[in-house]
Amino acid sequence: MKHVLESVESQFETFQILDENGKIVNKDNMPDLSDDDLKELMRRMVYTRMLDQRSIALNRQGRLGFYAPTAGQEASQLGSQFALEKEDYILPGYRDVPQLIWQGLPLYQAFLFSRGHFHGNQFPEDVHALSPQIIIGAQYTQAAGVALGLKKRGKKNVAITYTGDGGTSQGDFYEGINFAGAYQAPAIFFVQNNYFAISVPVEEQTAAKTLAQKSVAAGIEGIQVDGMDVLAVYAVTKDARERAIKGEGPTLIETLTYRYGPHTMAGDDPTRYRTDDLDNEWEKKDPLVRFRKYLEGKKLWSEEEENKVIEEAKDDIKKAIKKADEYPKQKVTDLIGNMYEELPNHLQEQMEEYKEKESK
Amino acid sequence: MAQMTMIQAITDAMRTELKNDDNVLVFGEDVGQNGGVFRATEGLQDEFGVDRVFDTPLAESGIGGLSIGLALQGYRPVPEIQFFGFVYEAMDSISGQMARMRYRSGGSKSAPITIRSPFGGGVHTPELHADSLEGLIAQQPGIKVVIPATPHDAKGLLIAAIRDNDPVLFLEHMKLYRSFRGEVPEEEYTVDLGKADVKREGKDVTLISYGAMVHASLKAAEELEKNDIDAEVIDLRTVSPIDIDTIVESVKKTNRVVFVQEAQRQAGVASHVISEIQERAILHLEAPILRVTAPDTVYAFSQAEEVWLPNHKDIVNKVNEVINF
Repeated sequence: MKHVLESVESQFETFQILDENGKIVNKDNMPDLSDDDLKELMRRMVYTRMLDQRSIALNRQGRLGFYAPTAGQEASQLGSQFALEKEDYILPGYRDVPQLIWQGLPLYQAFLFSRGHFHGNQFPEDVHALSPQIIIGAQYTQAAGVALGLKKRGKKNVAITYTGDGGTSQGDFYEGINFAGAYQAPAIFFVQNNYFAISVPVEEQTAAKTLAQKSVAAGIEGIQVDGMDVLAVYAVTKDARERAIKGEGPTLIETLTYRYGPHTMAGDDPTRYRTDDLDNEWEKKDPLVRFRKYLEGKKLWSEEEENKVIEEAKDDIKKAIKKADEYPKQKVTDLIGNMYEELPNHLQEQMEEYKEKESK
Repeated sequence: MAQMTMIQAITDAMRTELKNDDNVLVFGEDVGQNGGVFRATEGLQDEFGVDRVFDTPLAESGIGGLSIGLALQGYRPVPEIQFFGFVYEAMDSISGQMARMRYRSGGSKSAPITIRSPFGGGVHTPELHADSLEGLIAQQPGIKVVIPATPHDAKGLLIAAIRDNDPVLFLEHMKLYRSFRGEVPEEEYTVDLGKADVKREGKDVTLISYGAMVHASLKAAEELEKNDIDAEVIDLRTVSPIDIDTIVESVKKTNRVVFVQEAQRQAGVASHVISEIQERAILHLEAPILRVTAPDTVYAFSQAEEVWLPNHKDIVNKVNEVINF
């Protein structure tokens, strides 16, 4: 039996294109991206890092609500999103707001989501996505359904869903990948393994050596990727997407990544479960640093360019916060009105009660 | 008009909607070639193809999540949970996910899903098959809970449920599947969700029930008639949301109420309805509202279930108590 496990594990070596020094180590798998594409990828990562810093500051000032920091995970989040088409469907976890923003969710709505205003979840019609899932794993079974729907509609699109290392312990994780496998549905199951499910390290989460190997039991493709390498993440997601729309079935992608910050801003203190040494080790792998080195080597990026993006991000954030501030306050009567398509009698009565209460 | 069993009426409703709307999909464990363990989907795969009527892997949460995903692509899923006692496996999909879809998305997304599931006692099933867990889901805003008592209502309510743009849990009492036939129009028709039905008019006492207990209540009413007690029997048909107007109107007429449910006493539909009546019509009551229910144990092992389940004699006794109060 040990032999079986070892033979499975050996199939899941980490896929990488760009090393920590910004050097291409896997030329054959270099994705087909133009210089403009490469610059756009960098722009999105820099912008998102700035958005993360500002969101943390705004949260501390009490100007945002729920927030799950993203710094460290930009390559995983934006490399995968960059491989998508506009009509692809995203089913995100609670940390996956950046993908939604780059897929077209207006920034002020992301802020309203954070503040707990329902308009943050009223997505524009051309943003094919659900709002971030809070329960760990539910999005996996739903992604199987969206993907099957896309297949039945004959669309050349995929459903992509995200969870973390902890999410792979959920029953829904397995049910989702197994259903999609059984129907050969065009789904991409994305696991951002950032080593800690809040505080529990991945070694205590599972005896499996990789999370990618969990694909084997469902009979679907699985691959482990360097999640700090944006080119590698892009390449495997693009490949998974192409195979999915050709009818070759779903893929489970595990990215090895790290969140520099706490689990969320609601009081989590990573120093209780992580060492400085570990944090430093991961910061050396920073996705922005290595991609910047690579682009500078190709004369595609400069400090000036980077500063321009940072200023642009700051300006956008300021405007979006202002817009969120000015957005009409949410009322209980709005919430009552959103429960059913038509208000049942008991809610009509309660609506009147709350109209009265809100008029005072 | 055709004579149909309840299960035939249910199949007929699904066939009608599969014909009417290409977006309707029927799926679940064993519903395809096998036609469902109760044969509710018999012949539908042959008629509509594996693309419309199909088997799923054996996983209730997966079935729930699949339904949500398909609904997001514009389909109208009609999934089956093979036995309602298995619903715990799907609780997040149902209560945490589909029931909140419209609310969570600020009305921009809906979950037009009709979950069908057999439930109910008296047929000697093993554990976790018969349990009356409707009270559990009825506590969740955002999903309607429908329980038909007759073949006619079953067809009309199921068609209405499939056409509804919000999620509906449609519970089918196993004992009613084949125990009798009733008149069912062959053409399509709907019975409004959220609307109770007065199954028997009376002036002395109101019996409120749903599902198989409607029949026990009607039988009790016949017995009571022999002693000149004229009972009105209300079939809730939808246990969430409750049609309180029909109930209050009846209470004003009869001034006495006995609530009859197959589920245990400690929680569920009876408690909620009785609270509503006392808020709205307490001065019309001549006696306390009494309940006929199963006892507060886990569902009975099958050798004891006939006694454990409420029956028409229990109802007659309770009615005599409220009449003689």
